[in-house]
Amino acid sequence: MAAAAISLLQVIGVVSGGPLLVGLMRTVRCRREGRVGPPVRQPLLDLRKLARRQRMRPEHASWIFPLAPLVLVATTVAVAAVAPLLTTAPAMGGTSDLFAVVYLLLLGSVTLGLGALDTGTAFGGMGASRALTIGAVAEPALLVSILALSVPAHSSNLPAIIATSLAHPLLLATPQRLLALAAFVIVVVAECGRLPVDNPGTHLELTMVHEAMVLEYSGTDLALVRLGESMRLVVLLALLAVLFVPWGIATGHGPVAQAVALVTLVAKVALLGTALAALEVAMAKLRLFRVPELLAGGFVLSVLAVVSALVLA
Amino acid sequence: MAALLVVTAVVGLAAAVTGAAVGPRLRTPLLVGLTATACATAFAVAARVLATGDVVRFHTDRLLPLAGVTLRLDRFGALFVAVSAVVGVCALVFRLGYDAHGLSSRTSSAVLPLFVTTLLLVPAAADVTTFLFLWESMAVTSLLLVLADHRCRVEVPSAGQWYAVMTQAGAGAILVGLVLLATRSGGQSFTLMAAAAPHLGPWIRSAAFLLVVAGFASKAGAVPLHVWLPRAHAEASGPVSALMSAAMVNLGIYGIVRVGFGILRGGPTWWWLALMAVGALSAPFGSLHSATSSDLKRLLAHSTTDNMGLVLLGVGASGLFASTGHPPLALLALVAALLHVVFHAAFKGCLFLSAGSIQQATGTRDLDALGGLLYRMPVTGTIFLVGGAALAALPVFCGFVSEWLLLQSMLHGLPATDPAVAVAMPIGVGVLALTGGLAAFTFVKAAGIGLLGLPRTQAAAQAREVRASMSLGAGALPGLCVILGLAPFAILPAVAGAARTVTGIRAPGPLSRGWQLDLAGVHSVLAPGLLGAALVLAVGALALVRRRLEPGPVRVVEAWGCGREFQTATMEYTATSFGEPLTRVFDDVLQPSHDIDVSHVAESRYYVEAATVHLSLDDAFERRLYDPANRSLRWWGAAARTVPNGSIHRYLAFGMVALVLVLVVVA
Repeated sequence: MAAAAISLLQVIGVVSGGPLLVGLMRTVRCRREGRVGPPVRQPLLDLRKLARRQRMRPEHASWIFPLAPLVLVATTVAVAAVAPLLTTAPAMGGTSDLFAVVYLLLLGSVTLGLGALDTGTAFGGMGASRALTIGAVAEPALLVSILALSVPAHSSNLPAIIATSLAHPLLLATPQRLLALAAFVIVVVAECGRLPVDNPGTHLELTMVHEAMVLEYSGTDLALVRLGESMRLVVLLALLAVLFVPWGIATGHGPVAQAVALVTLVAKVALLGTALAALEVAMAKLRLFRVPELLAGGFVLSVLAVVSALVLA
Repeated sequence: MAALLVVTAVVGLAAAVTGAAVGPRLRTPLLVGLTATACATAFAVAARVLATGDVVRFHTDRLLPLAGVTLRLDRFGALFVAVSAVVGVCALVFRLGYDAHGLSSRTSSAVLPLFVTTLLLVPAAADVTTFLFLWESMAVTSLLLVLADHRCRVEVPSAGQWYAVMTQAGAGAILVGLVLLATRSGGQSFTLMAAAAPHLGPWIRSAAFLLVVAGFASKAGAVPLHVWLPRAHAEASGPVSALMSAAMVNLGIYGIVRVGFGILRGGPTWWWLALMAVGALSAPFGSLHSATSSDLKRLLAHSTTDNMGLVLLGVGASGLFASTGHPPLALLALVAALLHVVFHAAFKGCLFLSAGSIQQATGTRDLDALGGLLYRMPVTGTIFLVGGAALAALPVFCGFVSEWLLLQSMLHGLPATDPAVAVAMPIGVGVLALTGGLAAFTFVKAAGIGLLGLPRTQAAAQAREVRASMSLGAGALPGLCVILGLAPFAILPAVAGAARTVTGIRAPGPLSRGWQLDLAGVHSVLAPGLLGAALVLAVGALALVRRRLEPGPVRVVEAWGCGREFQTATMEYTATSFGEPLTRVFDDVLQPSHDIDVSHVAESRYYVEAATVHLSLDDAFERRLYDPANRSLRWWGAAARTVPNGSIHRYLAFGMVALVLVLVVVA
């Protein structure tokens, strides 16, 4: 029962925290560029506006097109429900496997890509092709950096990994952890479509990746897409936070510990978001064909992380 | 039970005779019915063996001279028989409605039942003669079926040639390898060979292993022996390509495991590292080619290379763990590999059969000429989508479970004391991940370009749903993909039993506890059923919320065409353009060559009349390995032709020299 309540709390937190995080990152970006910018809650207001609008569907689209935003949000909700964001006690159903999390997020991306091709427009195909190319190249770096994290814990089970880090704090400063962190950050940036891999603010056809995929969505569908992508960002940043800086996370189901965990997690994610946004201002988008080089670099870092874990262990 | 195996063989032969003798109207239903009966009896035996662990034996001296026929079906063989039987029934039901590509001819009708029967019996063969007889029958019948359409399409004879050469070379290697073992074992039955194998010298064992692996790996389509596979599997007709890709390639894996674990009882570390290297090369190579191919069936054939590579990776890891003293991990890796064989059969069967439907409905398998088929062929389209999702290892479809188990076995191989293991495992995970990402790309490309969007040609626009029997035959497999993905524990005991039988490891394998896949001895759990339920629930709830929120019904509009008035199919991305970024990223491997033809209007060179782009990708192994080999063979052939010049004196001299040489050697 307690596990279910925590899962529900995590889902609610991610659903409401996603748009707020996007708003915060936009504000940080605007301030750094010397502008005032919209209020932090602007993405929430946008969502409310979109949710009241009528949906439109391209005439040649099939049932895949309206299904894609639902699957995008549903997979992220599933990840938010089972990931140990607040406590290392077993989640609902006892399954929060890191590999499973990766494949769930992949399911969301793949369905969105199919939805983009379903519109039959040039933009849909272009966005899907680019996004999935980046996704395919990011996959090795992601899974091998997960392997680097899993080796000391002898498990890819998320609570076990975090519990091991808590039990051996020195592990977090080891070279393999830092290398894995670098690889993981690169992958998170790519998976969330942030600079320098993709520019979420652009609608220029030569540079769009993710935005080209969702160009035909409108009304409630667009609201779901926006919600889904912001939730992905929050979930991945939260995972980054609990995997690499786990302090503050609860180890049981006690309400006080949960409250502490919630506050620290929010602070960590906000800090990470701010840092990411601040760095983005100083960065230009990479050419599409330079992105695989960045991700290959991430892969090399993650392999080094595994190897050094074995050599130094 | 042994009687049922005989019934399978007899009914299969009867079906072949029926196919050859009965007139064209009754031929198809009769042969399909009889062959499906053979599949059903074989499945009954296999299910019984898998459930109880009893071994079914049969021997007769009357059939093959000198050696006789020996059949022995244990759990490991039964697993492959069961897979072949299920794929066989589906392909045969599909065949009822599918009559294109020369499958209705008398020869094809006689050969198809034989092919299915050999697929059912090869895993039951228990001595070298029986095995090679069935193996060769399988190769020859499948070759005849590939060639069925040789009069109509020019690609078919060439594909047949490649297949014939590769399969015969492979069979030769297997023959030499097995004979090498049998001559030193005092008998040719697999049981005797297994008893004698530990006492053989390491050179003999290694030579036999390498020869046998080369032969079986060519059947499984592993790099660099894969060249025949995209040709033959693509040119074969719908049900035949499904049988080849979902059932026949499995037997390559069967052979490697049967000889490596069952007869040789494991071996030194380098055997298995070599096997893993073959797998680690095949998987990304196959998936890269399938991600960039725009021919629907070639794409699927390349993906077979990819998946068999993953299986070989698992088998190699299993042998590696066994040789370094980790029996539970060895069992886990082998179970993951065998599960992947079963799941691959389910989803590749779906994909090849629905590709056959698409080819029959549109007359083409070029993705660039398809589009919008999900709307026109909803059943076939859905079957393809489910198969593709399983191919991409998306959660709650079956491919996900086996890839997860493979990842787990690699993860738990670390931290290793053996440096070979320590290096092999991260590379294995990287390979799995890259393959997974590319498979997702392939799925989106094949389904998105082929089934969604606007039809790109008139043929695609006029496509209609295929006959009910074809939908039924193909439609049984997606159900399996989903059920096995949600409830893998339904077949897990059978697969674990098969792996235990062949390896002789008594350790507990991956356990299933209720809805969870629980790995014994390691801390990893997966509950695919729960995951599926959560996803369906979340999608349903979100759909309800969306309906409550929106003010009115969905408005159907024209998609935004960048200001153009009409949206036409020429604006769409094609499969070639979809794969282009990937082609560029991996241009070192694929060596793409572009050929652009621009023709101008006669009046002015400033106006372009038409522009065509030809993009051809290169198979590095074909260019570096097979082309030089072909050239040198041709040169030697030409050189040899000048030696016999028709002069009787020269021939007499040859005879004389040969005689002298023989006498010298014998003396």
